[in-house]
Amino acid sequence: MDTHAALYKQGQERLDYLRQFAQRQPKSLQQKMADIGISRRDFIKWTASVTAMFALPLPFSNLVAEAAELADRVPLIWLHLAECTGCSESLIRTDSPNLDSLIFDHISLEYHETLMAAAGWQAEENLEHALETYKGRYLLAVEGAVPTANNGAYLTVGCKGHTGLHIVKEAAENAAAIISVGTCAAFGGVQAAAPNPTGAKGVHEVVNKTVINLGGCPPSEKNIVGTLMYFIMFGKLPALDMFNRPKWAYGARVHDNCERRGRFDAGEFVEEFGDEGAKEGYCLYKVGCKGPYTYNNCPTERFNHHTSWPVLAGHGCMGCSEPNFWDDMADFEKPLGRQLLHGIDATADTIGAVILGATVVGIGAHAVASVFAKPLEE
Amino acid sequence: MSKRVVIDPITRIEGHLRVEVEVDDNNVITKAWSSSTLWRGIEVILKGRTPMDVGLIVQRICGVCTYSHYRCGTEAVENALGVKIPLNAKYLRSLMQSSLYMHDHIVHFYHLHGLDWVDVVSALSADPALAAKVAMNYSDAPIAAGEGELKAVQARVKGLVDTGKLGPFANAYWGNGTYRFSPEQNLIALSHYLKALEVQRVAAEMLAIFGGKSPHPQSIVVGGVTSVRDMLSPARLQEWKQKHAIVQDFIERAYQADIVMAAEAFGTEASVLGGVNVSSFLCGDDFIMADGEFLFNQGVIIKGDLANVMDINPDIIREDVTHAWYKADGPQHPYEGTTIPDYTGFVERDTVYGKLPTIDGDGKYSWVKSPRYQEEPVEVGPLACLLVNYARGNQTVVNAVDGLLARTGLPLDALFTTLGRTAARMLQTVLVGQASLTTFDALLTNIQSDESTYVKPEIDSDKVYEGYSMIEAPRGMLSHWIRIKDGKVENYQAVVPTTWNAGPVDANGKMGPYEASLIGLKLEDPTKPLEVIRIIHSFDPCMACSVHVMDYKKHTLGQFKIDPNGF
Repeated sequence: MDTHAALYKQGQERLDYLRQFAQRQPKSLQQKMADIGISRRDFIKWTASVTAMFALPLPFSNLVAEAAELADRVPLIWLHLAECTGCSESLIRTDSPNLDSLIFDHISLEYHETLMAAAGWQAEENLEHALETYKGRYLLAVEGAVPTANNGAYLTVGCKGHTGLHIVKEAAENAAAIISVGTCAAFGGVQAAAPNPTGAKGVHEVVNKTVINLGGCPPSEKNIVGTLMYFIMFGKLPALDMFNRPKWAYGARVHDNCERRGRFDAGEFVEEFGDEGAKEGYCLYKVGCKGPYTYNNCPTERFNHHTSWPVLAGHGCMGCSEPNFWDDMADFEKPLGRQLLHGIDATADTIGAVILGATVVGIGAHAVASVFAKPLEE
Repeated sequence: MSKRVVIDPITRIEGHLRVEVEVDDNNVITKAWSSSTLWRGIEVILKGRTPMDVGLIVQRICGVCTYSHYRCGTEAVENALGVKIPLNAKYLRSLMQSSLYMHDHIVHFYHLHGLDWVDVVSALSADPALAAKVAMNYSDAPIAAGEGELKAVQARVKGLVDTGKLGPFANAYWGNGTYRFSPEQNLIALSHYLKALEVQRVAAEMLAIFGGKSPHPQSIVVGGVTSVRDMLSPARLQEWKQKHAIVQDFIERAYQADIVMAAEAFGTEASVLGGVNVSSFLCGDDFIMADGEFLFNQGVIIKGDLANVMDINPDIIREDVTHAWYKADGPQHPYEGTTIPDYTGFVERDTVYGKLPTIDGDGKYSWVKSPRYQEEPVEVGPLACLLVNYARGNQTVVNAVDGLLARTGLPLDALFTTLGRTAARMLQTVLVGQASLTTFDALLTNIQSDESTYVKPEIDSDKVYEGYSMIEAPRGMLSHWIRIKDGKVENYQAVVPTTWNAGPVDANGKMGPYEASLIGLKLEDPTKPLEVIRIIHSFDPCMACSVHVMDYKKHTLGQFKIDPNGF
């Protein structure tokens, strides 16, 4: 059996498993879509686009469709730790509006502090109820880093005054899968930048389980919803890269799919924001673009219903889906190859050395080399 | 015998907020405490970094008013360095700010605050045909309020309720006596709740056109704006205008109509007719209409004296930490702020839910400081902005406020209420949306003779620079303060709207706006304190914004005494 056939089979088995559970809603998804004016045709189009996004062959769109119909069996618990709510804001911007909000409605959203009607004692009851009732079956999404200094006392949530550290450990215990939504939950994020005063850490550093890391500050709405859909379809984690990021979203370098890549190869660079090159859409490497060191699908999927992404808006990529980018890529308007680390960590030599050593040796070297190998008109 | 009520988490806000109140035998609130329970230390992290990165880092203070800190931080650096940005950059920044407001206020009213006003379960018993007629009372041409659509909305929600599993609507306060909409009115508002989910995405796209993405746009830099290609593209400009039209239409035909409807239905509901118990107000200049002209003008009202609106004097702002989890000798100006964390935790006591860790009101109890102006607590936000501008005789604001009062038949005093605070936010959204078209036209005129968007900033590392920026963010006046030395950030302070509103009591025993707003409020059921949640939501809390600390004198943080078994 080839890989795709095996995966397809796995998907089918997963959906059969989900079918055992009681339907939360009496009407079928199809009927409900008809109620609010979404045709079967729109739905099929959507499943095809999701399938393409996962880089799977078209026959998988049947699985996507079935999974969407079974999605209300999967309870979702979404925790907020040390965060800014940007990832939830990204989630609510999902495009293909009616359909995506429908999918969102039909995942059984048990706990989400930004969206839930209940507050205080009643909210806490909802969390406890979900952890107990759906033991071993719920998806856990975490937004925000885990403050660990002083036993986690920099964050408490709930009437019982539990720390974020306590809550995430408890919720992780019986989760079917754990998704760190955004760079803070994945790698600690901005509060973990030097000198990391609260001992902020990524979720995977405090729980003894595999955690899917959705890098990005915030990740695009597609990367969040797509990852949830993958789990629902196959009941397992998608293929992950070395930082546990799903390959379907984080498998390619920003630089490789960049709309300005031709300018890079031609040695045409923006020298200063707002200059003639900027008006022509020249490459942003020399004003600090971190696309060569960053893995994400921003250039192909963009943000906000494909409206834009930073490079289109004339600002370099800041590397926000990479671990430690706030420190390693800092002095964001300068190319990595040239700059010194900011004053906090005077012992390191150059950012480039740190980055290249840690992660993307060949690629980073290529990028820097190819820029400076070009005969540049300074 | 007084009883303690603990509400944590206050949901449907940004961040982590705990509120506690004490009620007497008649369930009337006699004491209230507001506590932020998360500290991230972002300004500590800023220390020693290049001022060019400040905007991107402070933006991560908050993903809801996502653009405000980015802009304010960048402008504080520009102010310190004496950088004068091109007019086009001012217009583009203002258009992004307008887009943010339109998004943020819609999401706040419908998705965060809405369920305090709308009883979802009651909507199920509405007659959709009657509701469609009722909707005509509040708008000449209602959106998403025809009989067919209302029927579909009702069926959709009914399906959810019938399962007995309400998801995000579970275990809430449905049936509480302070919900005053009729079933038909609830259905109209519920339909708009769903429609607004769609419209807010369009508003976010507006911000992304010139900002690259939303949340956390990435197109402003010290010296200007980077999205010059978008600015020069006629297709892009029209894209913004088209999306603006969609969102503005919803604001005027749905959001405005729903507030008029709420004013009618809740006009006799005592629990929303108080809630403004701090009578000093502040707001900043914002929304450029032409070079040097703003939609809203800065000013301060002290102790309700509307006849004497004063210009803001930045020198007399102080932050008090008597009851905040920091150590300090006394109130400090933002430039001088030394902040040493001093976490003391909670104390256990009896509450309406049994024994729980609770706020120690005599001691320290929040990560939010207490800013004061002339030693007075001050409310900031849309209500403050409209009051200052109304009192100053800003004709645009006077006309809008008088128009709304005439429409609802309410007196000016009605503004000084929870209902008024919520109505002011709507009115501000309408004005900002309308004014942004003037800004847009000014940009179009200007780019015909001037395409500049950026000036290169210069830093002399031998000099010390100090600067600040004050803008009017969606939740009120926001100020960032910076000191730059050796070309690096030496000190950074953000005095944030929610800090003004949510701070704990100060050294003089004066409560901040949140705490004061709750005193005297009667609760129907202290174990289900919807009335408290509604009033707090009317301020639109943004807690991650409000918690700040930068200690540029001490290089290490304070020591903490924490009981490891306490949590």
